[in-house]
Amino acid sequence: MTDLEVTSVHKSYGGRAVLRGLDLAVVAGSFTSILGPSGSGKTTLLRVIAGFERADRGVVRLGSELVDGTGRFVAPDRRRIGYVPQDGSLFPHLSVQQNVGFGLPRRERRGQRVAQLLEMVGLEGLEGRYPHELSGGQQQRVALARALAIEPSLVLLDEPFASLDASLRAALRQDVRRVLRKAGTTALLVTHDQDEAFSLADRVAVIRDGRIGQYDTPQALYARPLSPELAAGLGETNFLRGITRGGGVETPLGLLRLEDGTAPGGTRVDGAALLVLVRPEQIVLSSEPGDDRATARVVDAEFYGHDAVVRLRADWDDSKVLIARTSDAGTLPEEGTRVALSVRGRVVAWSA
Amino acid sequence: MLGGDDAIVTALRPRRPKVLLGASLFVVAVVVLPLAFLLTEADGSGATKLWHLVWRSLTASLLWNTVRLTVVVTVLCAVIGTLAAYGVERTDLPARRVWAVLVVVPFAIPDFVVSFGWSSLSTWVQGFRGAVVVMTLAVYPLVYLPVSASLRGADPGQEEIALSLGASRLSTFVRITLGQARRAILGGCLLVALVILAEYGAFEILGYQTFTTEIFTEFTIGFDTSSACALSLVLVALSLVLLVGDGAWRGGGRLSRGGPGAQRLLVRRRLGRGKLPVTSAYALLVLAGLGVPVGSSIYWIFEGGAHALVGAPLGSAALHTVGYSLAAASVATAMAVPVALLVVRHPGGLHLLLERTTFLVLAMPGLVVALAISYFSEHDLNGFGHQSAPLLVLAYSILFFPLALVCVRASVAQSPVGLEEVAGSLGVRRPGTLVRVTLPLIAPGLGAAFCLVFLSAVTELTATLILIPTGAETLATQFWAYQQNLSYGQAAPFALVIIAIAAVPSYVLGRFFDRLPLRRAVAQHPRP
Repeated sequence: MTDLEVTSVHKSYGGRAVLRGLDLAVVAGSFTSILGPSGSGKTTLLRVIAGFERADRGVVRLGSELVDGTGRFVAPDRRRIGYVPQDGSLFPHLSVQQNVGFGLPRRERRGQRVAQLLEMVGLEGLEGRYPHELSGGQQQRVALARALAIEPSLVLLDEPFASLDASLRAALRQDVRRVLRKAGTTALLVTHDQDEAFSLADRVAVIRDGRIGQYDTPQALYARPLSPELAAGLGETNFLRGITRGGGVETPLGLLRLEDGTAPGGTRVDGAALLVLVRPEQIVLSSEPGDDRATARVVDAEFYGHDAVVRLRADWDDSKVLIARTSDAGTLPEEGTRVALSVRGRVVAWSA
Repeated sequence: MLGGDDAIVTALRPRRPKVLLGASLFVVAVVVLPLAFLLTEADGSGATKLWHLVWRSLTASLLWNTVRLTVVVTVLCAVIGTLAAYGVERTDLPARRVWAVLVVVPFAIPDFVVSFGWSSLSTWVQGFRGAVVVMTLAVYPLVYLPVSASLRGADPGQEEIALSLGASRLSTFVRITLGQARRAILGGCLLVALVILAEYGAFEILGYQTFTTEIFTEFTIGFDTSSACALSLVLVALSLVLLVGDGAWRGGGRLSRGGPGAQRLLVRRRLGRGKLPVTSAYALLVLAGLGVPVGSSIYWIFEGGAHALVGAPLGSAALHTVGYSLAAASVATAMAVPVALLVVRHPGGLHLLLERTTFLVLAMPGLVVALAISYFSEHDLNGFGHQSAPLLVLAYSILFFPLALVCVRASVAQSPVGLEEVAGSLGVRRPGTLVRVTLPLIAPGLGAAFCLVFLSAVTELTATLILIPTGAETLATQFWAYQQNLSYGQAAPFALVIIAIAAVPSYVLGRFFDRLPLRRAVAQHPRP
């Protein structure tokens, strides 16, 4: 069952097109992240879904109900969509209990339901506090409880962890995920943080220039991006030119195996030119140059503790700089030394 | 300071605010009423006749009197107000908190009481000289208040940087500190100039002839409507020049305020050997602005003997004053709410124009507004409502509407629109959101607007003299009557009660303006 369906939605501000025919269908009960850089239109999409903005063109459906489009517009207060803004936006003049109970009928505002919700987000005992007496993380928990109080079919989260420091963020992320799972609510999270999008969501929608570039599971997105641009947006990349040969692709790094389902039909014929993506963690470094493996010189290495990133200048093309990520950080190659390169696993490619 | 210079970007709402727009249109129509009457009346008198009336030698001499006084007092107020604010906010002046309160109190003392206090003691305070002394002492808080607030909101770190770059103390003060307070100083000067153009009572007491005193005389004694009308037009034109000039001047400025990061600790400038002279200057200022009017009133009570203590009329006048002022404060504040919401939440050409239109009232001295309303009720409504309490309350509400609007608007701009959106997403409809979210959030602004209008109505004299309901007396009119008869002993208690009543709201206001600029409106706008 589809819970949210956005069809070719357009939205401009003062002549600047922000959403340009965006499509998105979210399955009920799932957790979707909308991932994109600032200016890509992700917050605007959220505001259109919530009903704070009206789409210029296109259709928004919630469940079976048309809420925006073809002359119809359902006001935000009739959509029953939970909304958790970036800063929490708690009502400063109301206590935690009054904030959470805000959307409930008058007689339920002090009852069981509010207590249950506060317990669920781990804030029991703070009913009487006011927003300024809470930490940033606590404020976000209250904002989540407040959004869930009206039993929404859909919850929108607008970069809810952006203003928190790193240590708090990780804990709150997992709690938010757990609470939303338990509530069985469909969730849509907007973020520019790839780690956040990948670690939280069942599916990630990558937004580019006002359209959804790809909508898939995090694993599939990383392993099989639909275009070089999308691949470049998700983590570090090495792009190589290659030519198909015997079902694989011949590159300066040797004959590589292709990921299933990548490189469209005709390019499997021998001799087709391809653009090949090799992720930094696929490059294996070896200090003993030998046989016919490609070699490169180490430009520099950055040590991160859990792993290290090595920058290399290719011997076969002096203008080519490659990035390799190695988890074997104990034995980092020195600057200027020559190393042999090989690739592990299958690679993704597009016709060049 | 008169609002409107902070560009506010807000999300375009999907629905047109029909109710808000309707209410705002009604409010603006009411507020602009007096100006419309003035123009129709002028039109009725005939252009040639008006032209003739305007180009008299009388106009020239009134113009000279008015302009030179306005210029001199405005400059003096700018200097005194700015220096006083700098001393309190940025130096290690002893007993700063006490001075901060005492220096503002003259704001609550009506100009005509300051004038009375000085002129009843010495004949030296007369004419131009007297007007300069009295008006400066009465209105410098209009510069002090915004400047001290802006200095408190400005980053003192900038002064340290200037010093570290080798700028001298004086050069730092001129280039950095004055720069930070420039808008506040200009805003304060505009208010000072507008007040002087509108002042009547103080000049009448001092025997200094300006447009207002002449208009009042022609209207109440000569019943010469055309002449009063022509002079009013010149006066309104003068005020308009100030308003437009201020807008143009400030339009080019830019307010560069660093990010809202942690407030740097303020290191106060040491006065050192200057401590005694500076403290003496503050003492002198407080003595002249506060001590003389209050002291002289007390003096005249004792001088006047026991019969001066007029219990019954004092009580009834106080009741009338408080009643009319409370009503005006409620009406003006209520009128400001829809206009403020419309302009801040739904910015757009028409809405901004509506708001700006109401600021035209600032160019209408109380005297002119009162004359227009009085004349309207007498001639166009066949005396309906003439000299009645509702008409006086209406006049107050129109006169002080811009003040209420500035306060309410600032509060609305400070309350994030995101909160209203969240309320909407939680299923609460617009009226519910207004009552449960918006009004509680803007309550401080509503309170400030209420206090400001109340304070202004209590100390208002000119419009009250013209529109006072038959048989009623307020503190101001009763004081005026005794004062005109030179019964200083009987007038003095009324002055003291006015000061006492006005002191409470001015204290509340001081606290509101203290906090206002620190957390400036953070406009919420869509981050696409």
